[in-house]
Amino acid sequence: MISREYAFLLNGSTLASGRPVLELADIGLRFGGIQAIDGVGLAVTQGTIHSIIGPNGAGKSSLINCVSGLYRPQRGRISLHHGDGAVELVGRKPHELARLGIARTFQNIELFRHLSVLENLLLGRHTRMSLSLLPALVWFGPARRQEIAHRALVEEVIDRLALQAVRHRPVSTLPYGLAKRVELGRALCMQPALLLLDEPMAGMNAEEKEDMARHLLDVNRLAGLTIVLVEHDMDVVMDISHRVTVLDFGKRIADGTPDEVRSDPRVIEAYLGRDVA
Amino acid sequence: MIVPLATGIHHTSYASELALRNTRGEKARLGLGILALGALPFLLDSYWLSVVNAIGIAAIGAIGLNILVGFTGQISLGQGGFLAVGAFTSALLSGRAGVPIPVAIAAAVVVTAIGGVIAGLPALRLKGLYLAIATLGSQEIIEFVIRRWRWLTGGQGFLEAPPLGVLGWHVQRATFERTWYWVILGAAALGAAAARNVFRTALGRSFMAVRDHEVAASTIGVNVTRAKLGAFALSSGYVGLAGALTAHYSGTVSWERFTREVSVLYLGMIIVGGLGSIAGSIYGAAFLLLLPPLLSALADAVRTTAPFLADQLPALQVAAVGLVIMLFLIFEPRGLDRLWRRVRDYFGSWPFRY
Repeated sequence: MISREYAFLLNGSTLASGRPVLELADIGLRFGGIQAIDGVGLAVTQGTIHSIIGPNGAGKSSLINCVSGLYRPQRGRISLHHGDGAVELVGRKPHELARLGIARTFQNIELFRHLSVLENLLLGRHTRMSLSLLPALVWFGPARRQEIAHRALVEEVIDRLALQAVRHRPVSTLPYGLAKRVELGRALCMQPALLLLDEPMAGMNAEEKEDMARHLLDVNRLAGLTIVLVEHDMDVVMDISHRVTVLDFGKRIADGTPDEVRSDPRVIEAYLGRDVA
Repeated sequence: MIVPLATGIHHTSYASELALRNTRGEKARLGLGILALGALPFLLDSYWLSVVNAIGIAAIGAIGLNILVGFTGQISLGQGGFLAVGAFTSALLSGRAGVPIPVAIAAAVVVTAIGGVIAGLPALRLKGLYLAIATLGSQEIIEFVIRRWRWLTGGQGFLEAPPLGVLGWHVQRATFERTWYWVILGAAALGAAAARNVFRTALGRSFMAVRDHEVAASTIGVNVTRAKLGAFALSSGYVGLAGALTAHYSGTVSWERFTREVSVLYLGMIIVGGLGSIAGSIYGAAFLLLLPPLLSALADAVRTTAPFLADQLPALQVAAVGLVIMLFLIFEPRGLDRLWRRVRDYFGSWPFRY
């Protein structure tokens, strides 16, 4: 897939590999009478693919929404470590978190549907672009220079994800698998410190899944990005993850390497049920 | 928005791809358009020129409304109110405080933009129909203030606006429409170009992101509050300019020119022209403001041959506007702009289908 040398680093984190980049401690999230997440803690290590799995309703997506600021947990702390210290994420708005380096994709594709692939990707550059009115009204000068400068990075992302042929297509006309890939691209254009993916392979056929897995591995191994992955497809999760956290009914029931998790009796019970006899 | 590229255009730099016009045909069309606009005041009599002037002013207002509704997805029924804010601000500043008219117009733009931000505050919580009603509320409040605040408008909702003039130069009665034509053309052309520019930069894209998906926009770092209020400010700035120009062009400002019906007419313009299209705003303004005088002209033309029709046509003007809006919603929801593109693409590849 890689077809040229790249000038831009997609990884926005300067943390040394192997250090914890994201730490969740004792997260509690309640919707009315339902405890969606109950005392979950986990640490994501810089440079890894960290999967969060669990049966339906286990609280996986809610956890991602807490980290990206869409939900505000009533309890617990979420800290993001940079090269020079940590920041607390709970209580910040989603757009502030984006600025701090949190990028995400959604379970159902949430692209800007009237815009082209290129415009969607350029929107990934939003936090790093100037929004001054006057240059925008004039166009010639700073605004045009800025568009061209950011286009260079966007083109690298297009190249990495093999989106060249659909660059100018409106995203609403794209097939499902490609649209998912554009959403990944939009997150990559942010040069994030941490990439949160909510079921990037949901609803895909085998070939699309393989493509997506390949892209995720490229992003992780070659670009060095830390990925937090929520995914239902166990084969994919076990194949590409460095570490797996298992949730069930809002509680953490296991955490470890794919092999450790696979043989954990509590995980087997959560997925397959227990013999009542 | 997809642009069908002409064959044989191979961009070799991002700069050339970002240009709005690439082919000789596109540039020739632009040249012809400029030529036609330049010839217009010498071809039309003062009645038709006054229609064109009204279209020019309305086009500025429609661009403003389209920035808000078509590009940012925030519906507004307060257009008339903002036009009034622009008109009364400029009339008051120039008439009562003696501020030079260009300065008064600039001030009207700023004041209306600020007013727009205040009126836009409900948009932070409300969407769709609820926002429409909230903006209708600001329209009513503005109308009420204008009609009742004695100090402001003498309690009549009616003011004189001094005629356009700069440094001792004034518009002459003999060349009134023609002079105004150049002023309005200049303002509309600059306004349209500036708006077109905004929507190919990061600022305009963030507005469109809010329109298409607020949650996704916030997760890529768009401050939705700022984007919405920014769109209200920019939009109202345009509307304020249109209002101020109306004031000095017509010489009097009265609240009756800025009612709810005006708000609805402007919504009609951007729907007929094309939501989310700058060119469409201009087409829509032209279409809806040309319809009544054209129907009158038609009535005059058939007066001898079909007197029955001639009597009925003027009465049908209002109905015709409504009918046109309905037909566009059904058959071409993306408006005249889209229609024009389709015609252009058809003839571009004629006699082949594509």
